[in-house]
Amino acid sequence: MSCVIEVRELVTRFGDNLVHDGVSLCVGRGEIYGLMGGSGSGKSTLLRTIIGLLRPQGGAIRVLGLDPWHLDHRQADWLRRHWGVLFQSGALYSSLTVAQNIGLPLREYTRLPPDLIEEIVHMKIRMVGLPERAAGLHPAQLSGGMVKRAALARALALDPQLLFLDEPTSGLDPVGAEAFDRLIRQLRDSLGLTVMMVTHDLDSIFTIVDRFAVLGDRKVVAEGTLDEVMATPHPVIQQFFHGERGRLRAAGRRHGQ
Amino acid sequence: METFHAEHGQPATLRLERPAEGVLRLVAGGNWRAESLDAVARLLNRSIRAWRNLRVEWDFSGIEAIDPAGMMLYRHSQRRLQARGCRVEVIAANDAWRTMHDLLDPWTPSEVGTGRPTWHRLLTPLAALGRSTVNGWRDLVAFLAFLGESTLVFLRGLAHPLRFRWDSLTRVIEDAGLRALPIITLTAFLIGVVIAYQGAVQLRRFGANLFIVDMIGISVTRELAPLITAIVVAGRTGSAFTAELGVMKITEEIDAMRVMGFDPMHFLVVPRILALMIALPLLIFFADLVGIFGGMVVAHLHLGLSWSEFLHRLQSAVAVRHFWIGIFKGPFFAWLIAMVGCFRGLQVARNTESIGRYTTISVVNSIFLVIACDALFSVILTELDL
Repeated sequence: MSCVIEVRELVTRFGDNLVHDGVSLCVGRGEIYGLMGGSGSGKSTLLRTIIGLLRPQGGAIRVLGLDPWHLDHRQADWLRRHWGVLFQSGALYSSLTVAQNIGLPLREYTRLPPDLIEEIVHMKIRMVGLPERAAGLHPAQLSGGMVKRAALARALALDPQLLFLDEPTSGLDPVGAEAFDRLIRQLRDSLGLTVMMVTHDLDSIFTIVDRFAVLGDRKVVAEGTLDEVMATPHPVIQQFFHGERGRLRAAGRRHGQ
Repeated sequence: METFHAEHGQPATLRLERPAEGVLRLVAGGNWRAESLDAVARLLNRSIRAWRNLRVEWDFSGIEAIDPAGMMLYRHSQRRLQARGCRVEVIAANDAWRTMHDLLDPWTPSEVGTGRPTWHRLLTPLAALGRSTVNGWRDLVAFLAFLGESTLVFLRGLAHPLRFRWDSLTRVIEDAGLRALPIITLTAFLIGVVIAYQGAVQLRRFGANLFIVDMIGISVTRELAPLITAIVVAGRTGSAFTAELGVMKITEEIDAMRVMGFDPMHFLVVPRILALMIALPLLIFFADLVGIFGGMVVAHLHLGLSWSEFLHRLQSAVAVRHFWIGIFKGPFFAWLIAMVGCFRGLQVARNTESIGRYTTISVVNSIFLVIACDALFSVILTELDL
């Protein structure tokens, strides 16, 4: 399988604190790939290394065939237009309205006429399920769920092939979280996106993720589909999926089938 | 998989054909993707203006790829053409185009509001004027309420001196007073030097060298030291108050205090106001010393006045009331600066941008109020012959 994102033997360290020691994984085209692990297991750190915010101490990363740490100017430009990142808290620019936030990448990276950009922005707003009136609001005036949707619309502004999501459903109520999961799958199916998401929402893992990796002990302790991972005897996996919440979810899943 | 090296394919292209009178055929080709649309978008933007009442036929069978931005360009052009009386038709399209078209259909607005009319835009300055007037009025009302509340809390606190936050009082005095000494030293010394230098040139012409002492002694103690110190403190401490309280507002610390029954007025505002009212007169006293010393240095070097002559003259020429008037202004200036700083800090809304805005407003307001208050003092004290 050719990998859209490939990480090999990655080593990350903060001072004396070794976060990753030989992490390897591969995300295939069109997959929704989950990164899972307890708090402090380095999920978000791994994501930040892959998108080029945090320099790793060793190993190799390839995203869409490029190494995000060794790019010339044109390649960096190209890469940033072809991935979208949804940060955990949305990270919308608070001085801009929702419409300006979404339109910003289009205005900066293309020379499309302004009224066309405005139309694209409105299409994106509908696409992520925001009401039309949200366009003129500032981020401080939005609810948590709306912030996530607006941030997703901004991540999708340039029609990327690759979407990074950092805990997309955290802070949403179960109904909102489920709707957001559904939206992500729908967008993947229709736009052919590849999605990499950091999550510890078991519901997301059970419902929309195709394959995922579980981080623990500074390594990937298991990688694969849900059944493959569940079959791994590693204690971290046991804790996750055979604790009370995991058992409930797994029972529900068997019941559903 | 699309990767960087494979990607430098064809940018989007558009060929115009005129197969018959009144018929325009647009043959699309290349990559209709966001990153390669610029040329075609500009071509369409320019050309559509000249087309009217035509039959426009799109041919999308030759495109290599299309993404949502490409589809939106088509949609956008179609709408503009229709508005100009053209009939638009897609005569050929490949699967990629059709898939994208159907995919975006539910999300594409059939009609987009065409901006606001011109008269509306012309009225914007008037609307802004009205809004800022109303906001100014509301600010004033809120400030008066704040003033009343903080005074009440202060008076109630007097009844229970043990419950007063002595630790935050001393911390603010240290921050606003002690740590401000270096910058106050520098500014006050330079002010003294500048005044003496300018005065020396004029006075020497009249041979009135000795009167430099009167000039420095009165102007520094009565006006310059209080004013300069207050302005430095407004920039240094007033802004810090606004930013501190603003951040606490954003991180919901203020809300947490309220629900736990800790009145922010009592815990945050009153100690700051009181602390600054104590610290500023002390700073003014210090600025008096340094400012006069600055003047003394210039008088010595430039006018040849000896140190002892200067001090002797200072004692006899400068009435002590000038000094007291300067010190007396301190608590008033401090009260204004701290009030405005805390008031603006508590006004910060729940976004990061507003911290910067309110900090700026706070400094501008307090400097203005300090100068206005100083002017008021000048008038009143002169009328009273002090």
